[in-house]
Amino acid sequence: MKQTFYERIGESVHRETLPNGLQICIVPKPDYAKKYAFFATRYGGMDTRFQLGGVWRDTPAGIAHYLEHKMFDTKEGNALQKLAQNGAEPNAFTSNSMTGYYFDSTSHFEENLEILLSFVSIPYFTEESVAKEQGIIGQEIRMIEDNPDWQLYTRMLRALYQVNTSRTSIAGTIESISHITAETLCDCHRAFYTPSNMILTVVGSVDPVHVVDLARRILPREGGPVISRDYGDEPSAIAKPETKLSMEVSMPQFLLGFKCRPVDNGEDYLRTSLLGDMACDLLLGESSPLYQRLYSQGLIDSSFGGDYEIMPGAAHLFAGGDSKDPHAVAAEIQKEVERVAAQGLDPDFYEQVRRALYGSYLRALNSFENIAVSLTEGYFHGYDPLRFPQLFDSISSQDILDFLHENVSADRAVLSQIVPGD
Amino acid sequence: MNIRTKLAEGIYLTCLPAQKFKTSLLSAQFIVPLRRETASATALLPSVLRRGTVTCPDMGLLSARLDKLYGARIDATIRKKTEAQCVGFVASFIDDRFAPGGKKLLEPVANLLGELICDPATERGRFVPAYFENEKVNLVNAIRSLINDKRGYADSRLLQEMCAGEPYGVPRLGTVETAEAIQPQKLYAHYGKTVASSRLELFYCGSAEQSRLKHALLSAFSTLPRESMADVPVSDFHIPASEPRYFTESLDVTQGKLGMGFSCASEDHIALMMGNTLFGGSSNSKLFLNVREKLSLCYYASSVYHRQKGMITVSSGIEFDDYQRASDEILAQLAAVQNGNIEDWELEAARSSLLNAYASMGDSQSRMENFYLGQIVTGREETPEDLAAQVRNVSLDRILRAMKTVQLDTVYFLQGKEAAQE
Repeated sequence: MKQTFYERIGESVHRETLPNGLQICIVPKPDYAKKYAFFATRYGGMDTRFQLGGVWRDTPAGIAHYLEHKMFDTKEGNALQKLAQNGAEPNAFTSNSMTGYYFDSTSHFEENLEILLSFVSIPYFTEESVAKEQGIIGQEIRMIEDNPDWQLYTRMLRALYQVNTSRTSIAGTIESISHITAETLCDCHRAFYTPSNMILTVVGSVDPVHVVDLARRILPREGGPVISRDYGDEPSAIAKPETKLSMEVSMPQFLLGFKCRPVDNGEDYLRTSLLGDMACDLLLGESSPLYQRLYSQGLIDSSFGGDYEIMPGAAHLFAGGDSKDPHAVAAEIQKEVERVAAQGLDPDFYEQVRRALYGSYLRALNSFENIAVSLTEGYFHGYDPLRFPQLFDSISSQDILDFLHENVSADRAVLSQIVPGD
Repeated sequence: MNIRTKLAEGIYLTCLPAQKFKTSLLSAQFIVPLRRETASATALLPSVLRRGTVTCPDMGLLSARLDKLYGARIDATIRKKTEAQCVGFVASFIDDRFAPGGKKLLEPVANLLGELICDPATERGRFVPAYFENEKVNLVNAIRSLINDKRGYADSRLLQEMCAGEPYGVPRLGTVETAEAIQPQKLYAHYGKTVASSRLELFYCGSAEQSRLKHALLSAFSTLPRESMADVPVSDFHIPASEPRYFTESLDVTQGKLGMGFSCASEDHIALMMGNTLFGGSSNSKLFLNVREKLSLCYYASSVYHRQKGMITVSSGIEFDDYQRASDEILAQLAAVQNGNIEDWELEAARSSLLNAYASMGDSQSRMENFYLGQIVTGREETPEDLAAQVRNVSLDRILRAMKTVQLDTVYFLQGKEAAQE
């Protein structure tokens, strides 16, 4: 087992790869009462088309998320109940490119970990139990359909991308999930829930050797083949510049999205995501001249913010919030991009924002979930997220200008809006 | 060790020393009675104060100052705790051990916190008119936007109907009418009265020595006016309805929201807390396992115990047509708890769930701050450990006796517009 120390941030990580290909990361956290385990597969809402046994398979939208719900069923009943008796409340989520199962507990940790590893690796579905889930997930879909933030974001992705599977809703639709059967779920489990496609991260005061032994004992001996996935051959042009939906909301909400260049795996992935975060803060973060001007003019409020996101075969920078005049704000953001491109960045302001962002990366290490999710993403995309202090040292304001130049342009911008109904 | 001490007249400090976090947390909260007439004005105070101080009179200077302190955050907070409003700021900043160059951040952050409260930017004896107008509009918009989150909206509407005539029925930010009626002079007077006569509760969690901390805070708040201190309001039990009351509302939504409010006559808090956990307070509760897992009626169905008010409220999202089935089932599950139809594992799971929450409380600075603030407002002194001990000792018999006093009081249903027209 290899241990790496990260002196500048006061952390260390033990890493081990089992013969079956499972990656294990253990982050010691003495002084904390709770222990946290996160078990994830590189399989998410975007992985609907993939190759299994030499044949390309198209699966219904929402299947990874459906599978996540059904994994909690066990031969004895439900894994939730077993964990609950030990005071652990497990949960799970499906993102566009991963599914993660987790719990935290202050006692019986190893017993709980054993339950987690078992229920995630041993499927137990019947046609009846799969059919019953339609009602629950159907209500989850209805709930998010009534959520304006979700509508705004999903519709922005559909405007940005013509074919990339980020267009697919992670939970699917009531129609798409009606095609999911126990057999398809089994196939997807067999393809993606192999140890070589997964990573286990434990954060807390545990014995690393015990964790590794336990994983070795519980999980299958063999890994699985690498599964090819098809995210669509996305052209660089956007799908459509504007999208608008009327809902029961109090005032208009908007997101302005810029289609950026896809990013390769490796350390460049972390570096680009850091540059994207910095670019957002410099352009439109709370300290930026643009934010202050628009806020004083009453065009934005504290809901305003931006982010940069990388997905398989896709990347975008976006910003938005509530506004009485989304078009005016979108135009101001575009103008600010042009102004920065023409005038460059003020060195003091650049340094100030860099410092603040460093603080927020450090603050994120207070959260066990954050640590586990970023180690998982790092593993799936070939970088070490805890090397961020070194990357902060290596970037310059010219890198930000280059990033903006390559990624943010008016002809690849889309405006998504939700407006109040009559 | 007594963790809460009197720092000066009407100023109390709760200090939880900790070495394990990357950041320190410093919070300053005024405890103000929640009243219909003043709720909006009180809620407006922190956001107007957050706009500028005498030394940093605009947002640009303020955020530059925070950025330079490695992205220290100072957030304006407005919380409803039983029948009090807690308003002020929560600051979070890198712990001295991780600040590059050995920079000390506690003193400058405490000073800025003091300035925000004691030395706001003013013009001719009142708040800067542009800040006042801006934030008043933001407050009105924030109140209107509560409708965007349908679950939160329905939960809040249930409380308004159930506790009409009691301070607890007053929404956290007041109403659109009371917010629109705020006048600049009156707000400034309200500010003067609030800071001079409301108790100030300070909370710190981080690695600084007590003496250094006290010195920093006494210096930061040395100019805080302290006049006759008003008592912290005591909240009364909810007055139960003689017959259950039913309210229905129609909006343009795809999912119905069912809220059910119950009164509890027992004052055995721990027994009710356990009873509520069994009923709907966890993912192993009767509501989760039956309304969701067994009958597939919803994605979420959960309950909350309002300790100081003697109330339990249930929140759920369902198909419009399932209103009767869902409410019948929720009542049937309450009856199951009241009749002691509880398996051993359910009792132990509920107990473990609460024990795990108390045991891991010390792992999160913001949870501790929120917990102790809640205790202080209600005049309670138990630590999480004390509550855990009580949970360990509470018997099933006590739980049943307390839960038998739970009675249906108010039902609120949010339905779609089409459903209303049928």
